[in-house]
This record gives sequence, C-alpha cells and structure tokens, in this order.
Amino acid sequence: MLWIAQRASAAVLALCVAVHLATVIYAVQGGLSAAEILARTRGNAAGFAFYSLFVLAVTVHAPIGLRSVLIEWLGWRGRSRDLFLLIFAAALAWMGMRAAVGVFA
Amino acid sequence: MKVSVWKGGAEGRFRQFEVPRQASQTVLDVVTYIQRSLDPTLAYRYACRVGMCGSCAMTVNGVPRWTCRTHVDRVLDKDSLSIGPLKNLPVIRDLVTDMREFFDKWARAQGQFKGNRSKRDDFQAVKPASAERMQVDAAIECIGCGVCYSACDVVAWNPDYLGPAALNRAWTLIRDERDRNAVARLRAVAGDAGCHSCHTHMSCTERCPKQLSPTAGIAGLKREVAKSILRGEF
Repeated sequence: MLWIAQRASAAVLALCVAVHLATVIYAVQGGLSAAEILARTRGNAAGFAFYSLFVLAVTVHAPIGLRSVLIEWLGWRGRSRDLFLLIFAAALAWMGMRAAVGVFA
Repeated sequence: MKVSVWKGGAEGRFRQFEVPRQASQTVLDVVTYIQRSLDPTLAYRYACRVGMCGSCAMTVNGVPRWTCRTHVDRVLDKDSLSIGPLKNLPVIRDLVTDMREFFDKWARAQGQFKGNRSKRDDFQAVKPASAERMQVDAAIECIGCGVCYSACDVVAWNPDYLGPAALNRAWTLIRDERDRNAVARLRAVAGDAGCHSCHTHMSCTERCPKQLSPTAGIAGLKREVAKSILRGEF
C-alpha cells in the first residue's frame, strides 16, 4: 500500500514540479517584484488548489522514502520510527500549507 | 601470478600464493591448484565444473562470480588475483559460506510450486508462446549460486530482505498458470523484507552468470502485488 502511495504521489509530483518550475521561470522573465507577484496570486483559487495538491503529494511521498532510509541506514524500526515519520509528515504539511496560504489566500 | 586467498572464518586474513599461469585457466583451476599443491587445508566448494550446479561462486577481485566459468584472463588485475568467500553470507571456513539463510529465504518467499491436479489428471498444457510462459522462460534458469545475493546492496543493508534469487523464484511461480498459490505468495514477497525494498540498483542483473534479470522479476512482483490489492485479494 505504501508502495502504491509513493508511486502515485511521485506521478503527481512529476507534474507539479514541472508546472511549478515553468511558472517560476515565466514569472521572473518580466522582472516582477515580490509584491507584484503576490498581487497576481492572492485570491487565486485554482493556484491554491494546485499548490495544496503539491503539498499533499510531498507529505505522502517524502516520509515513505525517508522510512526506507531510516531502515537501511540506521536500522530504525517499530513504533518510534513511525511516530517520527508522522511528525515529519505533519511538519511538511504545515510548512507547505503555510506557504500556500501566504501566497494565494 | 600472485593470488591472495581468504583463510579463516568471519575473522581471518588473505594469504598470498604464487600460482603458475596456464592457457584457458579458470579461477576454479587456480583454487584447485592451491589446494592440491600449496595448501591442502584450503576449504572451497565445487561440483560440476561446467556452470550448472551453482556451488563454486566466490568473490574474485571484489566481484561475485561463478569461478568455474570465469577465465583468469578476464579478471586478472596486473598479474594478481584476490579470491574470497561470497559477501552477505556467513563464512564457515576459507571460501565456503553458509548458504542456509539464502535457501531458507526461497522457502519464505513461498518458492514451492502448488498445483491442484493429482496424478490421475492429464497434463495441463502451457502454450510456449504465451506471454506468461515467455516471462517464466526468461527467469527460470537460475542455478542458485548466490552471486546475485552477494552482489545485492539491499541484502547488505537489510538482512531480512529475501534477496534477488528468492524473489526471482517467486516471480516464475506467479507467472506459472498451473500454480494455485499466487495470493499467499504475493503476501509473502510484499513489504520491507520483500520486493518493495528493491532499489533497482540492478547489481543482481549485472552479476548474474546466467544473464537473468531478477530486477525485472522484482518489478513484476511489485506490479502484481499492486494489482492484487486493487482487486481486493490482499
């Protein structure tokens, strides 16, 4: 199940990262300032939905990968590791959504 | 040529020997020469000498190989050769490893065929050109030498990992249309000790002396597990 979640989130991330990078490159072409960018993004529901999906995909994908690293490099198993990963996932979700709300809300 | 050979168990050291070069000499010939002429206490394993039995695998210049079919010409490094036991397996003595865990993992991966026909039934015909049969053909010639297991990084990191050979065996049975144990086998090969731990480094495929691709089989197992979950069988 974790494998399916990781593959599915990877597919979403491939799209999200491509769209994100393309948008960033496009946005800086005209030399927009931060304030000008924020003026264009604030209140954009589609942008907020897109970046919420991006954050969700990261929140699913990163802890599953980190789980393998913790098993193979540190031999960390059991409930304490899963609790750590839950906290890690929650931190990613919180930081990501904080940024999305800051730019689009 | 200068040959250093592992002597001892888990604790031991490489001992140096001077061995004459011969035409078409194999690494197994070198080990046999050392045992018969220089050090009769040297322990090593072999049986068929022709690449069928899978018992003579060793680490040659850092790489796991079947020694009976490895010519010295191909692996000699500046006139010297280093020969040790396979990695990722406990050393019993010198070049002999304990293969029990390796084969126990085949059993843990449900590597036994389970059909549902008795001797009273007729043979179940399998079409040679069917996609499943061709996938079995591509993976079935494993000789159980342990080279892939020794080459695998994931086995080194995670001792519970079933390893490429056991998973390859499970894959041949999953593709065998006569077998009736697919769901239990998929359960046995899923998870942290199974196919999902494979990083697709492909060391097994790189090193397999029979040119099999356990990596492809492991990827197939991942797909079959996913399909089984989506069908609600898991």
